[in-house]
Amino acid sequence: MIKFIVKRLVALIPVLLGVTLLVFFILDLAPGDPAKTILGEQARPEDIAALREEMGLNDPFIVRYGRYMFDLVQGDLGTSYKTRDPVGEEVWARLPNTIVLALTSTAVAILLALPLGIIAAIKQNTLFDGISMFISLLGISMPVFWMGLLLILLFSVKLGWFPVAGADQGIKSLVLPSVALGFMHMAAIARTTRSSMLETIRQDYIRTVRAKGLPEHDIITDHALRNALIPTTTVIGLQIGQMLGGSVLTESVFAWPGIGRYMIQSIQGRDIPSVMGCIIVFAIGFALINLLVDLIYGFIDPRIKAQYR
Amino acid sequence: MSEDIKKDLTAEIRDLVVEFRTDYGVVQALNGLELEIERGKTLGLVGETGAGKTTTGLSLLRLIPNPPGVIVSGSIKLDGKDILSMSDKEMQAIRGKTVAMIFQDPMTSLDPVMTVEQQIAEVIKLHEEGGQAEALKRAREMLELVGIPGSRGGEYPHQFSGGMKQRVVIAMALACNPELLIADEPTTALDVTIQAQVLEMMKGLREKYNTSMLMITHDLGIVAEICDKVSVIYAGRVIEHGTLEDIFKNTRHPYTEGLFNSLPNLEDRQAELKPIKGLMPDPSNLPKGCAFCPRCDYAMDICETQKPGRTYRNDTHYVECHLYNKDNIHEGKVKSR
Amino acid sequence: MNNVSAVKENVQISVKKKSQIADIWKRLCRNKTAVLGLVIVILLVLVGILSPIIFDYETQVIKTDYSNTLQPPSAAHPFGTDELGRDILIRTLYATSTSLSIGVVTVIVALAIGLVLGSAAGYFGGKVDMIIMRIMDIFLAIPGTLLAICIVASLGNSIINLVIAQAVAATPKFARVVRGAVMTVRDSEYVEAARAIGAKDATIIFHDVLPNSLAPIIVQTTLEVASVILSIAGLSFIGLGIPAPMPEWGAMLSASRAYIRDYSYMCMFPGLAIMITILSLNLLGDGLRDALDPRLR
Repeated sequence: MIKFIVKRLVALIPVLLGVTLLVFFILDLAPGDPAKTILGEQARPEDIAALREEMGLNDPFIVRYGRYMFDLVQGDLGTSYKTRDPVGEEVWARLPNTIVLALTSTAVAILLALPLGIIAAIKQNTLFDGISMFISLLGISMPVFWMGLLLILLFSVKLGWFPVAGADQGIKSLVLPSVALGFMHMAAIARTTRSSMLETIRQDYIRTVRAKGLPEHDIITDHALRNALIPTTTVIGLQIGQMLGGSVLTESVFAWPGIGRYMIQSIQGRDIPSVMGCIIVFAIGFALINLLVDLIYGFIDPRIKAQYR
Repeated sequence: MSEDIKKDLTAEIRDLVVEFRTDYGVVQALNGLELEIERGKTLGLVGETGAGKTTTGLSLLRLIPNPPGVIVSGSIKLDGKDILSMSDKEMQAIRGKTVAMIFQDPMTSLDPVMTVEQQIAEVIKLHEEGGQAEALKRAREMLELVGIPGSRGGEYPHQFSGGMKQRVVIAMALACNPELLIADEPTTALDVTIQAQVLEMMKGLREKYNTSMLMITHDLGIVAEICDKVSVIYAGRVIEHGTLEDIFKNTRHPYTEGLFNSLPNLEDRQAELKPIKGLMPDPSNLPKGCAFCPRCDYAMDICETQKPGRTYRNDTHYVECHLYNKDNIHEGKVKSR
Repeated sequence: MNNVSAVKENVQISVKKKSQIADIWKRLCRNKTAVLGLVIVILLVLVGILSPIIFDYETQVIKTDYSNTLQPPSAAHPFGTDELGRDILIRTLYATSTSLSIGVVTVIVALAIGLVLGSAAGYFGGKVDMIIMRIMDIFLAIPGTLLAICIVASLGNSIINLVIAQAVAATPKFARVVRGAVMTVRDSEYVEAARAIGAKDATIIFHDVLPNSLAPIIVQTTLEVASVILSIAGLSFIGLGIPAPMPEWGAMLSASRAYIRDYSYMCMFPGLAIMITILSLNLLGDGLRDALDPRLR
């Protein structure tokens, strides 16, 4: 098992290398002069030129990329153009907020979606099924930022139960953002759970189990559930990527002080190193979460576990 | 003619009508099916795909998927008890214990995420006294019985070959010593050599436990190997029934003749293959008279409009065909093998 | 009994392609939600096509009117007016054509590139597959929204850049789906048969493999249009999408934020428009998936 984890981590390296190269390349295409951004529009051309030399901005792409990577592996994410503080510090300060939001949303999503999907499958074509699937359909069709706005409108503005924005009120601040972000995922996971459950119930081995005389509810819990969770786990994994993107928007709506919000602010300020830093953190997080999902997958399906040894 | 002798019947089906009600129409799966399985004996249920063989097997367990399947009328008795009036709980007590079923495809019959000994132990724990430890012990014994080392019990289905998976399924079915074992084409998905092994093993187990068996198959070779009596099923009805000798040596129904003629003749390699012309009738749109009429070489006018009744040749052998009546039944009208 | 005629009678009549499409259409129509989705999509397309014709861009869509700002819904302005006095109904309807056209163009581009890459990877396998998929994996390692944000952030706000960004984010997904479908079909027996009679690779790809891989690709296309529209709305929301003053639902929602307390009607309609669009496309995509999948019948 440990060997497998190490192998996967090692395999991550070329991918992350590619990612950094890709992002560096994209951001490098940005028009505008970083030196000018730092010194301001009014600065003298000589100062700008001098700063460019000092920052090594005139070097070829490969050299600059190499220099960035060299710093990166030492944990140095560069320096913000705006604040002239290390990007790493800014990101590190905000990372916990994003993690809290992401974890809470995921928990909300999974805890609601699994029972919803399972019961909807068991009671297929009943009112419960229809309503829960309709809600799920709405959930995947509603943009997360609109959901956020509506929640703010109802619960903050009209009812005043929760703060409109920010993270200062502890748990209370966390509620609306988590619900907004989690709802979208709950919907997707519920749908997959339901269809996967329906598929599983139709399998031959369920018929065999029924022929053994097992009562219906035991069939669900002892046999159908575990098998149905296999494709569901895959979807949860796929959803993570969407959720990371959604978290950026959610943080924007709720002014949640996380990495996403920082990234948007950096974009608006043309602060390239900060943007780069944020994206790299997101990419690494994404990759690690996928690895985790794969491990969970292996726990559920013994056929996969065998490959992991 | 044969009702006077009180038979000890493990299973008895009378006049069973089963329909599948779908969006596309109503499918008549079984149309007045009659079946008797005597204790300790093996009945072969022979017919083509789509004749209703699996449906018959499932109905003995009351496992016909509902929706869309509906048992419209008729009676099914196991050990003299009517199972159609039983509650779900009572049925669950019977399944796996009184009657067990082996399905056709071993590759998909086992839960992929549970070890094989767990799956066998499950049925034991359900119906027998004792806890997990005893059940596992007994499960391993069953594995040994079917020729699989008990030490392999902790492995998962995907680690076994098709033939071994089928043995696990058989072990699981026999674990609680059922009175009736229904085997739905148990060897069709297996290689011929494995087929022979599995059949031998089933015969041995049958001897040991005096299990009654319903062997559902389309393979007449298997029928000859393992069955005592044969019911030939066509379009949801038994159209001929008798002992091995009755059916093989005194074939009466044109369909049965067709089945035998479809087999290559080892003695006369030059002879042409004689397939039965046409296809099974559409079960949602059965012909008015005899269901076999459109394909029958011996069809007469009456066959198109009237369903034939039963004519008995002796205590064990009957046929449903207009060709026959009390008087001419003793001379066959069709060629027998 | 003549054996030849017996064989002839026993042979099934092969299904002509036309009746296959008719079958799929019938199945689709039987699915009520899918039909609903289709109807709404068609309506949206009509709105999208007709809006630029009916509404004059200069005078009705972007012209500011400071005397008329922030009016709640009324007979004159059924959706109200925004902070610059523009009619929200007209802008919402007009935004349909923006979103739909960018969505469709993006998906076409992504599909085209994805088809080429995916078929090559799926059909040839081996090194070609590995290289192409490794590159796709790198793109997929960044969540789609973030990748699009990154590209637009770098290249600047414009429609072209938006299309590029979305297309780049969507192409790997198409490549994956195409590759999967191609691989499933490639190993099937009728492709073996085609090879056995000496058909060339390109011919096999176009005549045998792709037509039979069509189902998942069609479904993915429909769902991807929804995904792209959602993504564009999100980007516009944070200011990285369609440049003002062109109307776009996400941008309109963003603008409504400041006025949410007293003018809450502003955030209703654009959001509703997004939801209806995505919903109908999802219903249609789901319906297509069910109708095209023979296993479900």
